[in-house]
Amino acid sequence: MIKRIFLTVVAIGVTTAALAQDTAIGLDGARHLLGRTGFAASSDEIRAFAKLSRNEAADKLIKAAVASNAAITPPPAWVNDKPISPAKLQAMSREERQMEQRRNAEHALELREWWFREMLTTPSPLAEKMTLFWHNHFATSQQKVRFTPLLYRQNVMLRQQALGNFGSLLRQVARDPAMLIYLDGANSRKEQPNENFAREVMELFTLGEGNYTERDIKEAARAFTGLSIDRETGAFMFRRGIHDYGNKTVFGKTGNFDGDQIIDALLAKPEAAQFVTRKLWKEFISSTPDELEITKLAAGFRDSGYNIAKLMRSVLSSEAFYAPEHRAALIKSPVEFVLGTMKTFEIETANLRPFVIASALLGQNLFATPNVKGWPGGEAWINSATLLGRKQLIDRLFKNEDRMDVAMRSVDAMAEMNGDVAAPGREARLRRQMERQMGGIRWNLDKWANGFVETGRGNTGATGMPALTRVVLPMAPLVAVADTESPADVVRQLVNDPAYQLK
Amino acid sequence: MNRRNFLNTIGSLPLIGSLNGVAWAANEPATNVAAATPYNNLLILIELKGANDGLNTIIPFANPLYAEIRPRLAIARDQVLQLDAQTGLHPAMQPLMPIWQNKELAIVQGLGYPNPNLSHFRSIEIWDTASKSEEYLDAGWLARVFAQTPAPRQFAADGLVVGSSDMGPLSGQGVRTIALADTAQFLRNAKLAQTRTHPRNAALKHILSVENEIVHAASKLNANRVFKTEFPRNAFGNQVRTAAQLVASNAGMATIRLTLSGFDTHAGQLGTHANLLTALSEGMSALKSALIELDRWDSTLVMTYAEFGRRPKENQSGGTDHGTAAAHLVMGGRVRGGLYGQAPELNRLDGNGNLPFAVDFRSMYATVIDKWWGLDSSRILQGKFAAVDVLKV
Repeated sequence: MIKRIFLTVVAIGVTTAALAQDTAIGLDGARHLLGRTGFAASSDEIRAFAKLSRNEAADKLIKAAVASNAAITPPPAWVNDKPISPAKLQAMSREERQMEQRRNAEHALELREWWFREMLTTPSPLAEKMTLFWHNHFATSQQKVRFTPLLYRQNVMLRQQALGNFGSLLRQVARDPAMLIYLDGANSRKEQPNENFAREVMELFTLGEGNYTERDIKEAARAFTGLSIDRETGAFMFRRGIHDYGNKTVFGKTGNFDGDQIIDALLAKPEAAQFVTRKLWKEFISSTPDELEITKLAAGFRDSGYNIAKLMRSVLSSEAFYAPEHRAALIKSPVEFVLGTMKTFEIETANLRPFVIASALLGQNLFATPNVKGWPGGEAWINSATLLGRKQLIDRLFKNEDRMDVAMRSVDAMAEMNGDVAAPGREARLRRQMERQMGGIRWNLDKWANGFVETGRGNTGATGMPALTRVVLPMAPLVAVADTESPADVVRQLVNDPAYQLK
Repeated sequence: MNRRNFLNTIGSLPLIGSLNGVAWAANEPATNVAAATPYNNLLILIELKGANDGLNTIIPFANPLYAEIRPRLAIARDQVLQLDAQTGLHPAMQPLMPIWQNKELAIVQGLGYPNPNLSHFRSIEIWDTASKSEEYLDAGWLARVFAQTPAPRQFAADGLVVGSSDMGPLSGQGVRTIALADTAQFLRNAKLAQTRTHPRNAALKHILSVENEIVHAASKLNANRVFKTEFPRNAFGNQVRTAAQLVASNAGMATIRLTLSGFDTHAGQLGTHANLLTALSEGMSALKSALIELDRWDSTLVMTYAEFGRRPKENQSGGTDHGTAAAHLVMGGRVRGGLYGQAPELNRLDGNGNLPFAVDFRSMYATVIDKWWGLDSSRILQGKFAAVDVLKV
């Protein structure tokens, strides 16, 4: 009797799941999907996706992302520059060296602007989200890689492989010049193997702590020797002379392994699929891992030979992805917050620098991950400084247009004269630069908000959230919107709602 | 749908939020400061960002090796402010001499840790989290202290970070940290925040609790105090004035962290370093004077720290490169002034030409946790580190 009831319940469960796969995801489902896989979704996009089933919607996004494996924004002019040779660097005067450093720092800012532009204009926001995910996973920072073209080239490689094969991606990362500098591989030689990359490839890239021994690291480090850089071009180069051709014992097996064979051994362990899937789960579904579901997804990932597109398709069409408790339950990263605001409200500007700086001040400076572990993300994005920073940015952008210029001048003056001067030099300088340059941005909230209402974009005829709310927030506002004649005032209330921090 | 209807739709959403529930307003006693908490003893940390050159701060002028390895940078013996027959302060540190003579300034020499890392970012992370050299910990050491022994709820915050948005030793979940550059400005900005309850999910709950902390701190803090003390008119002087104002709010706070930047003196060090030490010493002297005005000198401990020291041998550009061990300063009304630790052993440099450390930096944290606050540091520091005996009992 009990058994029969149980079986019936299971059967119903299966039917509902099957049905859910086929029914349209609806407006709220579409908002959720596009918010998680992109930076912001327009009313039109939401309506287009609302008609699709989970599978159709996931397929559409994945297809676009796979096709979008190169940036459409032209790169800065210097990306093919050659590094300065050690001999030339030695011969430089102090002033020349300082000038070189300044030039490099300027290039790093231009590179961030380039990526911001790409994220704003890309035909596939998901491709950018995945590239960003891998940038964080394979954290590399300008603070150590002092030659910016290498960071550009790494980004090109990451976006090429972003939805490709995780094994190939990992082999590319092991050869990536920026990574070879960041984790000290370039100078690792058989006489004195550097363990940095060998440790991180196990701890942070594939297995996670506790799934390898110190001995495995030491031996693997020997296998990765020889993966180095051509000093003339900055390109990858294998140096036979410093590679260790001796036998190594890793994970209990002995042989004359090279780096790629170590990577194969890592991928042969089920923990690798589990580890990467868990991280994607936390990025796209929920900050709380569901180990049972993750194990199922990870098994599929491994069986597919580590096909990232297939895994992402499973993630984005899963029951868990659409579960009510996972909606609006993740905190936007600074890049998502800043670019999402620009995209939603169609803030157009030729000068992206103030927004690049805003994102850095809010805790996410692209190409400058805080350490080898990348940005911790999630709740760590929000502390008293960054939350007030987000509020100030909103306050500044959404101020009443008439008062905008005056307000900006006074903020400028305040920043110059006041407490911000007390902030450590660089930060205060950046803040002032951001404030000044934002003064040049012309954007009219009233025009946007009235346009939204008048063009009928607000008219969905559907039940649930009003269209304007749905475009701005991932859930109903925490604080009910006060009645007002002005759509712009409605927008101001919505962007100041705590729910605006969520995706 | 016309505009009016559209707005009505929005307006008719159910009222989900409420502005009335101030989480901690209910049980608060009338006074701000709790009677029995270890944190009536205040800790003020000063980060010397970029890594201060310890060797030109606390100078072993009698050691012939000192002048030998620093032909351009060595401070002449007759310029040094002598503390004893071997050791002296950089001449720019004159403002600290009265505190030294009053035996309220302790100097701990040779602070560092085993297997030193020479990257700014990694090494300050080691100091901030009190980790081992090869270990990555998520929470700052002070955050772990407050997780183990929370400060009273009615305190304005566990920690206040002045002049930096990087929380350093205060970063971590559950710790109530407020970052601000200027009290009046913070109070203005805090008007953008509102106390709200009704968290529906963990992410929202976190955002709302941070927002509540901002509102709570803003309700406790003020910038009203007028000091007799004159604060130096520079960036660090502003930070010291802000710190003094925070203390004057009498709002309850366990720690304040200040940051003086610019110590990464790879080139042309002499002038830059003298200016930095002037700013530091004038700032610390003003801080003492303000704390005495507030009757908090005896209940405040001021401590400097940095990611590492600098290399003893000067470089080709008249500067110094990344090093290891360095001296740090501790001052306060209950500090037992004097020299502690080990003078730089210039004859025992490592393969990179760097100094061996004599006192583990975590011993300084043990001093704060065990002696200043009377708590137990062993779990927080993952082991027993002997406190440095810089406090009067």
